Amino acid sequence: MILAKTGNEAMAYAMKQINPDVVAAYPITPSTEIVQIFSNYVHDGLVDTEFVAVESEHSAMAACIGSAASGCRTMTATASQGLALMHEMLFIAGGLRLPIVVPIASRSLSSPLNIHADHSDSLASRDSGWMQFFCETVEEGYDSLIMAVKMAEKCSLPAIVSIDGFILSHCMERIEALDEQKVRDWLGPYKPNWNLLDLDRPILVGPATLQDYYYEFKRSQIEGMRTALPKVQEVMADFEKTFGRGYGVLEEYRCEDAEAVALLMGSASGDMRQAVDRLREQGGKVGMVKLRVFRPLPHELLRKTLTRFKTVAVLDRADSVNSFVGPLYNEVAASLYGAENQPELLSYVFGLGGKEFSPDDAARILEGALAGRKDETVTYVGVR
Amino acid sequence: MKHTNSQADRQIADGKHHPLEPYLRMDRIPHIWCSTCGLGTCLNSFLTAVRNSAIPRENIAVVSGIGCTGRTAGYVNLDSFHTTHGRAIPFATGLKLANPELTVVVISGDGDLVAIGGNHFIHAARRNMDINIICVNNFNYAMTGGQFGPTTPETARTTTAPYGSFEHPFNLPFLADSCGATYVARWTALHVRHLTASIGEALERRGFSFIEVISPCPTVYARRNRLGTGLDLLQFYHDNSVIKNGIDTRECDIRFQEQLIIGKFVDEEKTTFHDTMTGYLKDAVGEKYVPYVGPMEMPGNGD
Repeated sequence: MILAKTGNEAMAYAMKQINPDVVAAYPITPSTEIVQIFSNYVHDGLVDTEFVAVESEHSAMAACIGSAASGCRTMTATASQGLALMHEMLFIAGGLRLPIVVPIASRSLSSPLNIHADHSDSLASRDSGWMQFFCETVEEGYDSLIMAVKMAEKCSLPAIVSIDGFILSHCMERIEALDEQKVRDWLGPYKPNWNLLDLDRPILVGPATLQDYYYEFKRSQIEGMRTALPKVQEVMADFEKTFGRGYGVLEEYRCEDAEAVALLMGSASGDMRQAVDRLREQGGKVGMVKLRVFRPLPHELLRKTLTRFKTVAVLDRADSVNSFVGPLYNEVAASLYGAENQPELLSYVFGLGGKEFSPDDAARILEGALAGRKDETVTYVGVR
Repeated sequence: MKHTNSQADRQIADGKHHPLEPYLRMDRIPHIWCSTCGLGTCLNSFLTAVRNSAIPRENIAVVSGIGCTGRTAGYVNLDSFHTTHGRAIPFATGLKLANPELTVVVISGDGDLVAIGGNHFIHAARRNMDINIICVNNFNYAMTGGQFGPTTPETARTTTAPYGSFEHPFNLPFLADSCGATYVARWTALHVRHLTASIGEALERRGFSFIEVISPCPTVYARRNRLGTGLDLLQFYHDNSVIKNGIDTRECDIRFQEQLIIGKFVDEEKTTFHDTMTGYLKDAVGEKYVPYVGPMEMPGNGD
């Protein structure tokens, strides 16, 4: 079924098809509508979900953890300060290996106060043990959210699915919605390995582990994320087989004989796509690598892919504040360390707080990369 | 730069300006509030109370959180702090502790103060922090599009309660009173003179004061509930408000579009946090205890 939906509407629609057991949420711009629309599905009896509008995001994630620990398929939605307020709870969900799934409409962090798109919210939660998926279009967000539920449950890891605030959350696009029954059948019921309220196998969740076992728990959590990638790829392949459209962990666009490519995440990939087309028309050997999965980070795939090119411009829609360069660049550089045929890496930060990023900006980056130009350690695109 | 209130008044003597212009950051005007929203009236009442008070402007600080009311801090031409969602009271607490001479006013909404910031609200009241809280209650989260919150009356419709809210709302004067607030009042955006006088009283006195202002939200709350414009709601306040000063705050529940009990409910003296702490430690530690008196008194900070 072809529908016109904004990013928020599409995420809410995906949640309706997912039909989670529990949703606990608190309003925040620009993701409020996801849960607002979903709450109407609840009230109209279109889903079997128990919905509670709690008093803060901290409470929302805490309630989600309680629900997930009892063995329920659990979701919420948030953004920016909301995700930041959940920060403590994100680590709890990660450490307890609870497959909570959260669509976010990515937005900058205060201070100063700003409601527009960048990736500083989810990237600041990088080490919390959550899978992170970034999307270019509304349909990709919709598909990714459905897939994320299966991935999260398969890997026993919580997952964030990011659509860029306002750019995707509030803009209407054409999506081909999947058949609801088919989605529900594909997901199947959630069967947790362990859960509270199982009277035959009583468990204790979240006890203190000091020098005796904490380290071992953490090591096992790290292993859980490290080995998640093939499972994520399996789910992607299965989704494609079932629904006829699919995605990779990363997407190469016109990279075949490219000398210089841009690597980035999120909606700006659309601008970069246009810029690649424009430069290709003029004979420029450029391409784009769109990274869709930030956690689990596909180190080997990145190394294999990026060593084919002479220059790679890495675009960060966030900054780590003097961590030498942007957060994505850091991870890419670490993945490439020690590889043969290392490409020249250029670092660009762009679009903080929703700052306009156009195909012209993208084309300038590609032209610079093609010329092997490195003006400064990090180039801050479009800053006054 | 120091301003005195009379200087400010002289600036508007030409009659071409709004009488409160000296108290507003005119470069941030026009404000973002909707037509017939009650927030303009609340701001007007607050600034009038400031103008009428003997407190020098530079000694008043305004702190607000996030939401429609949260925008207030950006519009007042006073030292002001636009904080994060729910944290206006802790920011104000820090401000007051660091500079006990300041008159600290928190102006924020119901969602900010008693949902996400509810914990801070009850504890500041319990300690009797010497801060003034003006809570503009529009019965929903208006800035994000009208979701129900902790003050939404039962059966009122919101974007997240299309068939009406079924949760029990807070009775805010009772909440403040039961947590230890020493001044509790409720007015509506129609009761401008009462509200202004009440804010003036709160500014002059010491201790935790709480003033709830019932305010129309024409764009989301009223529209969802087919209550008309802000003007229609002012008419409703006119026809349905009953002033009951000193009434037991347990009787101040708000039911959807029913009688509104307003007035000054609590006004009592109690030692503030700062005075209690200073007095207690003076007794406990004796001569050695040197109470903190604030940055005004610090060497090199005398101007």
